[in-house]
Amino acid sequence: MSALQAHLPALQVIVPMLTAPLVILVKERRLCWAATLLASFCSLAIAISLCIDVLNGDSIRYLMGSWPAPWGIELRVDTFSALLLLIVNGSSSLALIGATASLDRDIESSRQPLFYAAWLLALAGLNGILVTADAFNIFVFMEISALASYVLISAGPNRRALPAVFKYLIMGTIGATFYLIGVGLIYLMTGTLNIADMALRIQDVADQKAILVAAGFITIGLALKAAVFPMHIWLPNAYTYAPNMVTVFLAACATKVSLYILLRIDFFVFQPNLSGHDFQFSYFLLPMSLLAILIASTVAMFEPNLKRLLAWSSVAQIGYITLGASLVSVAGLTASLLHMFNHALAKGALFLVIACLGISLSHLRIDNIAGIAKQMPWTMAAFVLAGLSLIGVPGTAGFISKWYLITATLEAGSWGPALVAIIIISSLMAVVYIWRIVEIAYFQPADEQAVVSEAPFFLLLSTWIAVALNFYFGLSAALPVELADSAARLLMGQMR
Amino acid sequence: MTVVFSFFLLTMLIVTAIAIVRIRDLFAAVMLSGIFSLLLAANFFLLDAADVALTEAAVGAGISTVLFLSALAMTTDKEKAAPSNRIIALIVVTAMTLALIYSTFDNPAFGDPDAPIHQHVAPWYLETTREAIDIPNVVTAVLGSFRGYDTLGEVFVVFTAGIGVLFILGAPSGKPRQTTDLHSEGLRHYLVPRVVGRMLTPFILLFALYVQFHGDYGPGGGFQAGAIFAAAIILYALLEGEKSALEAIPRSWLIAMTAGGALLYSAVGVAGMLLGGNFLDYSVLADNPVAGQHIGILLIEAGVGITVTGVLLSIFHAFAARDKF
Repeated sequence: MSALQAHLPALQVIVPMLTAPLVILVKERRLCWAATLLASFCSLAIAISLCIDVLNGDSIRYLMGSWPAPWGIELRVDTFSALLLLIVNGSSSLALIGATASLDRDIESSRQPLFYAAWLLALAGLNGILVTADAFNIFVFMEISALASYVLISAGPNRRALPAVFKYLIMGTIGATFYLIGVGLIYLMTGTLNIADMALRIQDVADQKAILVAAGFITIGLALKAAVFPMHIWLPNAYTYAPNMVTVFLAACATKVSLYILLRIDFFVFQPNLSGHDFQFSYFLLPMSLLAILIASTVAMFEPNLKRLLAWSSVAQIGYITLGASLVSVAGLTASLLHMFNHALAKGALFLVIACLGISLSHLRIDNIAGIAKQMPWTMAAFVLAGLSLIGVPGTAGFISKWYLITATLEAGSWGPALVAIIIISSLMAVVYIWRIVEIAYFQPADEQAVVSEAPFFLLLSTWIAVALNFYFGLSAALPVELADSAARLLMGQMR
Repeated sequence: MTVVFSFFLLTMLIVTAIAIVRIRDLFAAVMLSGIFSLLLAANFFLLDAADVALTEAAVGAGISTVLFLSALAMTTDKEKAAPSNRIIALIVVTAMTLALIYSTFDNPAFGDPDAPIHQHVAPWYLETTREAIDIPNVVTAVLGSFRGYDTLGEVFVVFTAGIGVLFILGAPSGKPRQTTDLHSEGLRHYLVPRVVGRMLTPFILLFALYVQFHGDYGPGGGFQAGAIFAAAIILYALLEGEKSALEAIPRSWLIAMTAGGALLYSAVGVAGMLLGGNFLDYSVLADNPVAGQHIGILLIEAGVGITVTGVLLSIFHAFAARDKF
């Protein structure tokens, strides 16, 4: 058992990655689904086990090929990566439980094995980014996860998925290339790719022009991939036209993993070494976050398409996450990381509800769901509860992270109250766009001709598990808070 | 002399790049991008990066050109009217170029032995390759063993790309497929290319095998070999018709190759784990660690070659099987 324990960081990537080629050799779609589900749950179990191991603040190291770092590639799992591993593997597993009914509707059975392989590769790619301690290795797994996500989104039933995914592909490739240019420049000046080693060796060359340019390229490239405002333009359509289950998986974790890389490289390599680098956060990231919160919430209030409405809400929520990080304090980062976790729960649950609606509705516009709460009571009840969490009502997970965010902004300085006001205003905007949907679904007369029935059992099951988790982590938030706090201390601890 | 050559090649590179952007005829743009890759490969070669040059030539100038042409055969070779907001794109590109030029001001001089890249990890690679792996080509040692996990990742990138193309082109198109098209007929009615192509194909295949297995000693390895191998089969398909190529290597084999190569590479890694080492530790594969490294690198390079060949041929046939979008 202990021998297996030592290999867990590597297995976190290998299990889903190795299952992918096996899946395309199996032609039967239900078997493929079962294999994908099994691999995803194994991966989740590994993530939980790693999480328990790092809770005391240690980090687990693993040397690929037994070559010592920085010459070989090192894997390193700490509380920051463990938190993200929980989000990624949790959302994949939860989405897969109820995926079959929704996917059978969107994708022909002959193409399903390839689809499940792409799902596994996306999962393996995201896991690979999270466990590695090597800047170039991050790029390799970024390519795998990005390519696989493009494939997943292109599977959308509407032909407009293809232009949407093409836009995402161009933006994503530019982002990844910028990251690679930055890493290349740092390698040129330091001769190393290992992040910890980079942080040490960059001290001597921190005043050089190449390092400054590298920091710029890495920040902009990753911000583009993370859909940080105003570089979010690819996101709403990509989320809207993707198959519903893919939106559940990717909306909960894909942009957050890009933010993870941004924060890790920034706090480990740039913040401690580049003088005046924290200005970038207070003068650039902070105003962008506020604009994201306000503008994207406003768009969401008027958007008629349900999926695009939630996608715009995601742009706003990314704003909360970057707002916390831009305070450059333990409290701010704790709030930011906690919100990554809690937003994944809330948005995952909401997109699962959309998937339930998508089973019997072909158009997911707000007028199509008039009075639908009568025919689909379980689905709409889940929507109301998950919506409460997104708004941040006490007792839900969303409340915990907003509470931490407000506390952190109040500590931040004289403009703290103004930031709190913006957080509260945007929460009220969330009330508006969630209530619009609830009102139409519950209080408008239903279309008599429409034949609508409740969603299939397994899809409802995963939806309600997600809703239950929103309340569980709203009432006993000890685990995510402890993880986020420890990860925030880790990031701030790098500052000298 | 090297400087003069580099200067010439880089100037040509810029000229070609501008021509690619300006030209409306997509067929010409594809040809130009092949020339671009060839110039780039020559440049890499001048910088003594023979492995990179070979890859760029095989992938950039070879296979990509064929795939672009297949895409053009399915769509059109005339570009639609240019999008209107080119000014913004021009500003972004200019800003990026200026930033990159700015970043070069403090760079160490080319070939400076005191530069960080020659001082930190490189000496260790040179030393350890001799002791622990004992092959002359250090690049293969770095790619295959020291950073073998990255290479595994790249194999899965290729694998993902293959899955993506098969998935997207596998979507029902709604239009009935015509029975005779360019691909299934091939270039049969052209006598000269057919005769020359027939004579060349076995030699290209032989050269692919040489590149595959000579990677330990000189430039080469699975990626380049796979691309060359696939190029030979694609040439055959173009000359003799797609059907004959599918008779030589049927579709079911292609899927098996695509998955099998990636599985072979991962299996070598897992074998390392089961024999008491870490993932991708080849030293435990044999009693003698150096022999173990040799076995490991041989097997993973074979895995790379198989997957790359499988993916490229699958992509080509997927294009050929689909009539028009």
